[in-house]
Amino acid sequence: MGSFRGFIVKEFHHIFRDYRTLVILFGMPVIQLILFGYAIRNEVSDIQVGFLDPVRDELTMDLKTRIDASSYFISKGDYDTLDDIERAFQDGTIREAVVFEPDFSHKLRHDGSASLSVIADGTNPNIANTMNAYTLVIVRDFQRDLLADDTPAPAERGIVIDSRMRFNPELKSIFLFVPGLIALILMLVSALMTSITITREKELGTMEILLVSPLKPIQIIVGKVLPYFLLSFINVSTILVLARLVFHIPIRGSVLLLLAECLLFILCALSLGILISAKSKTQQTATMISLSGLLLPTIILSGFIFPIDSMPKILQVISHIVPAKWFLIIIRGIMLKGVGFEYFWKETLILAFMTAVLMTASIRSFKIRLD
Amino acid sequence: MAAKDSSTERVVIDVRDLTRRFGDFTAVDSISFSVKRGEILGFLGANGAGKTTAIRMLTGLLEPSSGDATVAGFDVYRQREAIKKNIGYMSQKFSLYEDLTVFENIRFYGGVYGLTRATIKSKSDELLERLGLQHARDHRISGLPLGWRQKLAFSVALLHEPEIVFLDEPTGGVDPVTRRQFWDLIYETAANGVTVFATTHYMDEAEYCDRVSIMVDGRIEAYGTPNALKNQFEVSSMDDVFIRLARSTSQSS
Repeated sequence: MGSFRGFIVKEFHHIFRDYRTLVILFGMPVIQLILFGYAIRNEVSDIQVGFLDPVRDELTMDLKTRIDASSYFISKGDYDTLDDIERAFQDGTIREAVVFEPDFSHKLRHDGSASLSVIADGTNPNIANTMNAYTLVIVRDFQRDLLADDTPAPAERGIVIDSRMRFNPELKSIFLFVPGLIALILMLVSALMTSITITREKELGTMEILLVSPLKPIQIIVGKVLPYFLLSFINVSTILVLARLVFHIPIRGSVLLLLAECLLFILCALSLGILISAKSKTQQTATMISLSGLLLPTIILSGFIFPIDSMPKILQVISHIVPAKWFLIIIRGIMLKGVGFEYFWKETLILAFMTAVLMTASIRSFKIRLD
Repeated sequence: MAAKDSSTERVVIDVRDLTRRFGDFTAVDSISFSVKRGEILGFLGANGAGKTTAIRMLTGLLEPSSGDATVAGFDVYRQREAIKKNIGYMSQKFSLYEDLTVFENIRFYGGVYGLTRATIKSKSDELLERLGLQHARDHRISGLPLGWRQKLAFSVALLHEPEIVFLDEPTGGVDPVTRRQFWDLIYETAANGVTVFATTHYMDEAEYCDRVSIMVDGRIEAYGTPNALKNQFEVSSMDDVFIRLARSTSQSS
């Protein structure tokens, strides 16, 4: 019994003396719970909504105020034309639009029925459905209150809602997944594989030989990374072709621009991979850091599946440093919205800046290991 | 070892007051020594005595804090790239790529040192023949016994005909017979005019060296031929020299 107890004690020593294991053991559940608890919610909040309201009387004002007052929506105000609405959708200012018919109030008062268009951004089908449902509830409430002081409304009376989806009219969820999948696979291949291949050389001792050789550190890095750069690029192309041929996902914008942005993201991921490998001694550690530090945020905090806007403020702030978040805005813009560079040059700039910082940091930390 | 006529031979490693500090810690404290062409220097010291730091400075991986040193005639501050081209290096891990074949490894390292394809081809044939490894040319390293890997790693380190070869614990984890054979290989190399700079923890190996340096706490506490050191400390083996040194410093600290 004594020896068995000794064994248990030894095992605890292993665990408590290895702070990495400790962090994973106790840190992971906490992080996962927070992420899954707060980030993974398909209910939405603070959706930017725009209005096209040719009427602008107290009735339409009332409905708009109700929508704005609900916690689900934030009003971005009135737009003058459908073109303005369209532009606001494209640059992401609004994710839903409510369009009143020209004589909305008149018809509602006199005929007891009027029609209303609700247009939702369908790039994320789950959210689009939810937005739609919330709007419906508010309009029903509005209608009930309105008609309450009147005679009970016959069945055919009331507000007729015409729901439409922008960018993804059939709400195919594959539209949502393909851009996210591109981001995920690029992270996996570029960052994870790079970090593993470099740490493997460290474990084998071949890295030492390479460092003593006339090869310059930058040559070693580029030599290690270039094959993965090419593989990642082939990966992207395969996904795009498959998406197009098998799932009929449109690439509405420029394919060239899309590939260029993918290259930028690959560079970013490769830099992350080098940085991770410079910080970890073994392949195991590199794998752990890559999986928990890269894949999880890429899935959860990028807006891949779960809307960032409805996350708590702190997670929203953290999401800013997740490269995939910016990449997703860009490629969704190109693929689904068909917009040009002028709509996401800011995101591209952020991604390029991140890449530059990561690359500098990774090359520097690689060199520090030399000294 | 028979004493060589050293007066006519060129100094290939010349170290004067070489020092390296990491913050407050002085890893290598003003060491000085010189090694002549074709000599075998045994670079000894307990773990943490500063051997690795010294080697890293001499191989161009680490910039010294102060002092001077030339390796193969090149300055360790300003000509690190030239040093790298003129030295060979082999670590205790016999670092070859396990998933590559014998020839693929030779070709890779040859390429790293800028050898032409034709040179690599002829050198690898010659090398495999000398080691008796022709049959294993296209076998993966992972299937080779440790002793063969060790010899192969050593030969690969010499592929580009360096003036000096640094061996970091080249016989770690190898059986005594293989160790003995490996030292034959080292003698052969030194006889061909290549300077050998070897670290080891085996004191019997120290006896094989032309000259021995023993580092303690960042300083070279003993330097000379094995016989001279044994006389100096009035003991009969290098093992005792080492223990004497280790004891005297542990008492003083």
